[in-house]
Amino acid sequence: MSDFSDFNWTAENAAEAQRLIGLYPPGRQASAIMPLLWLAQYQVRDETGVAWLPVPVIEFVANQIGMPYIRAYEVVSFYTMYNLKPVGRFHVQVCGTTPCMLRGSDDIMKACKDKGMAKGATTADGLFTLTEVECLGACANAPMVQINDHNYEDLTYDSMTAILDMLARGEEPKVGSQIGRTASCPEAGPTTLQEMV
Amino acid sequence: MLADKDRIFTNLYGFQPWNLEAARTRGDWADTKDLMSVGPDGLIDAVKASGLRGRGGAGFPTGMKWSFMPKTPNPDRPSYLVINADESEPGSCKDREIIRHDPHKLIEGALIAGFAMRARAAFIYIRGEYIAEAKVLMAAVQEAYAAGLIGKNACGTGYDFDVVVHRGGGAYICGEETAMIESLEGKKGQPRLKPPFPAGAGLYGNPTTVNNVESIAVVPTILRRGPEWFAAIGRPKNEGTKLFQISGHVNRPCVVEEAMGLPFRELIDTHCGGIRGGWDNLLAVIPGGSSVPLVPAHQIMEAPMDFDGLRDLKSGLGTAAVIVMDKSTDIVRAIARLSYFYKHESCGQCTPCREGTGWMWRVMERLVTGDAEPHEIDMLLEVTTQVEGHTICALGDAAAWPIQGLIRHFRPEIEARIAKRKGFIQVPNMGIAAE
Repeated sequence: MSDFSDFNWTAENAAEAQRLIGLYPPGRQASAIMPLLWLAQYQVRDETGVAWLPVPVIEFVANQIGMPYIRAYEVVSFYTMYNLKPVGRFHVQVCGTTPCMLRGSDDIMKACKDKGMAKGATTADGLFTLTEVECLGACANAPMVQINDHNYEDLTYDSMTAILDMLARGEEPKVGSQIGRTASCPEAGPTTLQEMV
Repeated sequence: MLADKDRIFTNLYGFQPWNLEAARTRGDWADTKDLMSVGPDGLIDAVKASGLRGRGGAGFPTGMKWSFMPKTPNPDRPSYLVINADESEPGSCKDREIIRHDPHKLIEGALIAGFAMRARAAFIYIRGEYIAEAKVLMAAVQEAYAAGLIGKNACGTGYDFDVVVHRGGGAYICGEETAMIESLEGKKGQPRLKPPFPAGAGLYGNPTTVNNVESIAVVPTILRRGPEWFAAIGRPKNEGTKLFQISGHVNRPCVVEEAMGLPFRELIDTHCGGIRGGWDNLLAVIPGGSSVPLVPAHQIMEAPMDFDGLRDLKSGLGTAAVIVMDKSTDIVRAIARLSYFYKHESCGQCTPCREGTGWMWRVMERLVTGDAEPHEIDMLLEVTTQVEGHTICALGDAAAWPIQGLIRHFRPEIEARIAKRKGFIQVPNMGIAAE
């Protein structure tokens, strides 16, 4: 699997790919390009530990739905979540947009940099890639980061540092709010529908 | 304050499970077939009577939007409902709570809305970053299929209706309805020129209506309790309940359902424990997500939080994403960061936006440090008006308005920074310390 030229779906993903294509009307299989690219990026991650889309993988996906490679490439390059380059094992995406900025995303970014990360780069050990991203839609739980498939919210410099330490040690930090609140409920407990808690 | 009995989203924080069994105990899917028995036009009339205005930001009357769809669809050109779950407006985080904690409200609403507009299927376009949320939504859709609630003969009504969840890939612009349609067709999400409007030629060239998640998810409850119930909440032309998302410098940020038109101060005191440092510490508020102009403290405190109340302050309700800023805020930097956001998210199709968002951001960055000439403030304002209204979609407008709001209300602050910097720069020439 060095150059991905022999990329093929796993048996399970081959069936999933057919199911995804079938979700769209006949003749509209181009609509499946995004779900198929997702599936491929996850498979690459499962097989190599790194989530990205090498060119032969994009070609493979495009071929499956009869789409010219360049159109598939356009899609991959337009949407930021498809990685055209390998990222680290943990893709640390720090939200830096204003609602997070107001709640201290500068501190979160500093916690990452103090661990040796640099914006837009992967650490030498291949463990972490740091990206500053735009609003991830968890503003009532700011500041927050998304690392691979998980959100970590209500962060501070210290809790962010602790999360990075745990990931580096191979542990699984608690997902979601780091101050123990439920979703976007007010920290002191709900102000509404209290009997439904 | 809205009474608990009038709340639509009774599992907003996920204290209860999201699954079908739990959703049924909350009243979802109880009598969907009966609700639909009034027929498509009856449903549209009911939604019109409720006064529901679109919850995605523009506030267009939902019932009227549905009525634009063909009454007798051509079988070769089936109609579609597209549900906008590409919640990406900075400050907005309400659809996320609906999707991960109350997905069946959305799916039931999709069936009813789809039936009302005679659509063949609904596509729910969820932003790529909502990974856990998409998993819940997909599982909920599977539950609904398995229970016969959607799919062939949905809810025993004889109506066939599919629901497809489609994940995005991290592009804010796909929240624009025609960009979303392009993306669903497997292309780059670049907005289309209108006309034709989606109701005439949308997804695959077929009649399509794009609605926000919240607009669709409230529909079953409105029908169950009656449009007059919904219309009795809030103010005329601003009826109903709304999910408010309060972020920034309040003591306890949260998402909460409240009556439209609730005064800002009551919203914050009741649910957020007040402003950090007290009300005297409030500087400004962006009341409707990053695209709407900020409102200074003295104007917002007693303002009713609804479409018309905030329009009167030259701002807007938008998605009701309330970004609160206290006096510790570097207000110029806060807006400059939004300018960066729009520069990052411009799809690059229209020149005024592609070039203008970058240009405006670079000037904003200089205004943060005061590294500018005083006349550049007016030049920036002029450029915002050249971007605004001159692009295919509203992203250009959205990039212009926050800057216009900043200059309108905080011009002295910007001028002071420029003056201070100039004083600092003169130091070497003067040969003495400026202070």
